[in-house]
This record gives sequence, structure tokens and C-alpha cells, in this order.
Amino acid sequence: MTPDRKTRLTRSSIDPLRIDVCALSWSAPASRRPHLVTRPTGRAVREAIEGRLAAPEPSVGRSRRPRALVSLVDFSRVQVMDFSCADEVVAKLLLRYLGSDRPRNAFFLFRAAADTHRHAVEQVLERHRLAAVCDTGGERFRLLGCATPREREAWALLERRRRIQLGRAGTALGPAGECRLRRLAERRLVYAEAGAVSALSTFAVAGARQAGGARQAGEGSASVTEGGASVT
Amino acid sequence: MRVVDVPPSLDYRNVEVIYTAAAPSDSGPVLFDARRLRWTDPNGMTALLSAGKAVGERSGVRPKLSAPSDSGTAGYLARMGFFRAAAEVFAPPLPRARAPRGDSPVLLELTAVASHADVHQVVDRVQSRAGEILQRSLDYPAAAVLPFSVMLSEVCQNIVEHAGAPGWVAAQRYEWTKRLGRRVVVISVSDLGRGFRASLQAEHSERFGDRWSDATALEAAFLMGLTRFPDTGRGQGVQQIRKQVRRWDGLVSIRSGTARIADSPSWSRLPPLQDGLAAFPGAQINIVLPQRIDPDPDRKAR
Repeated sequence: MTPDRKTRLTRSSIDPLRIDVCALSWSAPASRRPHLVTRPTGRAVREAIEGRLAAPEPSVGRSRRPRALVSLVDFSRVQVMDFSCADEVVAKLLLRYLGSDRPRNAFFLFRAAADTHRHAVEQVLERHRLAAVCDTGGERFRLLGCATPREREAWALLERRRRIQLGRAGTALGPAGECRLRRLAERRLVYAEAGAVSALSTFAVAGARQAGGARQAGEGSASVTEGGASVT
Repeated sequence: MRVVDVPPSLDYRNVEVIYTAAAPSDSGPVLFDARRLRWTDPNGMTALLSAGKAVGERSGVRPKLSAPSDSGTAGYLARMGFFRAAAEVFAPPLPRARAPRGDSPVLLELTAVASHADVHQVVDRVQSRAGEILQRSLDYPAAAVLPFSVMLSEVCQNIVEHAGAPGWVAAQRYEWTKRLGRRVVVISVSDLGRGFRASLQAEHSERFGDRWSDATALEAAFLMGLTRFPDTGRGQGVQQIRKQVRRWDGLVSIRSGTARIADSPSWSRLPPLQDGLAAFPGAQINIVLPQRIDPDPDRKAR
């Protein structure tokens, strides 16, 4: 992370998690298919993702506060992904973790560099009036799906700055700045903690780097790479 | 014995003759006489299979099929897997025509679709052939194979998710030199399931009141993206197929019950909606993708 992108996130608050959907679809007993097509395959992959998220939470030391999890759902190695599958893997997954009865405090980003994948993700988000942060290639993050122009403006600013203190949101975004950032936090498109909001991409970049290191050390073994806090 | 006369040319433009001839509900034996057949496309083949199956289910007796007398046509049907599929529909004996050897322009042979596993198989099969055919024949970009595969997946899932009965899919490349001056890929998917009207009946018929019919059911699914499922995420398949076909300046039509609805490009004469056609249980989806016209034809020469 370059110096100007440094954040001041608390070391213990976030776990980055990268999920390689291609590997996961091969390992999920109900799918085992090379392509992400059909609704049952999507359902099986989503359930496998939920299973990974339900894994025992790492120790949080003395605080015992449930740790948040930022999960990068990576479609990079997937070839064909149809809309039915995207609906299950993207939209239904987000809907499950949007409500207050969510099984874990998990946030999601998606990596969909191929045009067809990005298009599928975008279409299913719009169909459900959802939005999600998506790495469209080379760590270029975009807000896909349904969002108002003001939400997009606030998200884009946060994406550039990485972290904004809510108390100073008005300076950057005008009188309703804090309200807009809080709305993004409600939609789980940003991470709010201790009077500030942070761009989800911050965690994804850190998590992916850690995952890359883990792969070099143990190639091909894990479809999900889970690391501890990596943001300083 | 009632004879259904198969015309010499049978494709998406005149499959109605088969549905009309096969529609009467008498219970006697039926013969599909295809001896004069010289030209057909995936729509013609799936129409023959669907009409034959409908007759068999209605009467309890499998109809007979006289195969084309032209060896080239019979060989083509063999290569497309027509006789293999027909063995499940028509009474024996069926011809043992040999498929010609050499390079095949077949994109996807007639393939039965009854489960999600079959949809996976269809996508797997076209992966190896679609790239070359779409690029070389239709001048589509290499990346087109992905949206093409997605389109096939969605169109086949329509059978599994909504029809409640098995069906067939086939795709083939053609030279439409006289008709269009371009090459095309034709895809046909057909089933003998409940059809669009019955599929949407319980969930949506009330809002249409007296207007509810095969035509309004097709409009509801095709234009509005409605399905029998209350889930918001459903119904995207047909909408996305329409969008993709439009991007490629193609034609997509759905025939179900007594109606047909179509997104018809400028090169096609198919009307947007037809009603009062012969009753056809189930649905037939037809997609025609034309060769891309280079907006700057001099570019290659430069």
C-alpha cells in the first residue's frame, strides 16, 4: 500500500478473506462443474461460500468483539457464468448478509474483470436493486448496481481517500455528507467503525496480497485464503 | 392413416405447416412423410420431433416417419443427431443414414435437455466449437463465445425451470447467401411442456383478466420478464437473451400455445406478435444470429 493510501484501521477489527469461486465450485460436492451455469450450481457455490464464512472466527484477543469479515469473491478464473448462477452467487449472497439477522458481520466485494462476468454481476444487482463494490480488473474498483448519483459521488470520494472521519464528511461532501456516508454503511458498501468510514477495497487489496503470498507458499491447496488483520 | 406432408424446405419461417398438419386430435395412426425434404434447420428438426411427440402423446401410438429420399439430406440429419433423437419419438424402423465425414459446420447436434446436468453438457460442448464458428463464420470477436454460451445456457434452462417436460436444443451455421447475403447461426430449443400460458397462469392471469391468452402470456414473459416464481431474481434469462441477440442484430422468437412473439430485426419479416396459430403444447425458441457487417469494409484493404 502506498504511503498516501495508508489507513489507520484498528489492527484487530477486520479479517480479509479471498474466495476463489472457480476452485470453490470444483470443491463443492453439489457442483463440481467447470462452468458457473444453472441455478443449482449457483446455489451450491453460494452455500459453499456461506460455509466458509461460518468457519470458526479467529481469536480476537481480550476484546471478544465479533470481528468483521471483508470477503473478496473472485470470479477471475471462472470461464462461463450465466445470469441464473450470478443471481444465486451474488444477489442471494448479498441479500442473506444485508438483513439484521445476518449470520456473520460479513462484507462483500467481487472481482469480475471479464466483461461478461461484470455484466452478469451488474444485471443481477440491478434486478434486485442492490449495489456492490467490484474490482473490474487491476484493482480498479467500481460501484456496480443501483445507487443514486449522490451515493456514487460519496463512494467515489471515499474510494480515493480510503477513510473519512464522519465528523469531517461535511467538508468533503457538503452538508449532507455524513448522512450519505451513513447510508452507504447501511447498505454495507463501506465499513463504518469508530466514527469513521473506510472503503471496502482497502481490505480487499490487503487481503489479496496476503492471499498471493500464501499461494506462493502452498500452491493450489486452498480455495479460500484466510488471513489475520493486515491493514496497518 | 393420416399423412403429415413435410415440405421440401422446412425452417423457422414455415414450421407452422407441421404444427397445423399435426394438430387435429383424431386418434388414428399418423405418418410424417419427409421424403421430399431437401432443406431444414434446427427449427425444422425440433418442430418435427415436437409435433411427432405431441401426436404420440395424444394418441398413445407413436407416429411413423418416412425419411428424406435424398441421401445428402438424410446424411445431414444423421450428422445433426436427428435420427438418434427421432428413435425416441417415431415408431421403428428409422433409416440408418451415415453422417458425412470431413469438416462439420455443426455447432451443436440435437441434444436432449431434461435436467440441469444436460445444460452443463450443452455449455461444455459448444465451448470447443463456438469460438471458431462465431469468429470465422460470423466475424464476431473472440470474446463472443462467452455471451453465446450464457445465452445457450439460459435458453436451455427455460426448459428445465419452466416447461416441466424434456426438450431438445440444436444449433447450426448456414450460408444465407440468397436470403440475406450473410452467414448465420440458427439455434432452436423446443419442448412439449406446459407452455408459457400454463406456466404463468396461477401467478399472473388475474391481472390480465379477460385478455389472458397465449399471446398475453408471451408478452408477460418476453416483454415484462414475468415468471411463475415470486422471486425477483427470476425471469432474467429471457430478458438477457433478448438484449444479447439485439446487440448482434439477431432475431429471437418464442412460439407457444397459439401465439408467437418476436424481436425482429430490420432484415426479418417476422411480425412482433402472431395469434390464432395452430395449438402447440410447450414452447419453441428460435434464435438467428447473422454475420457481423463491418461498418468500415475498406479497413481490411488498407
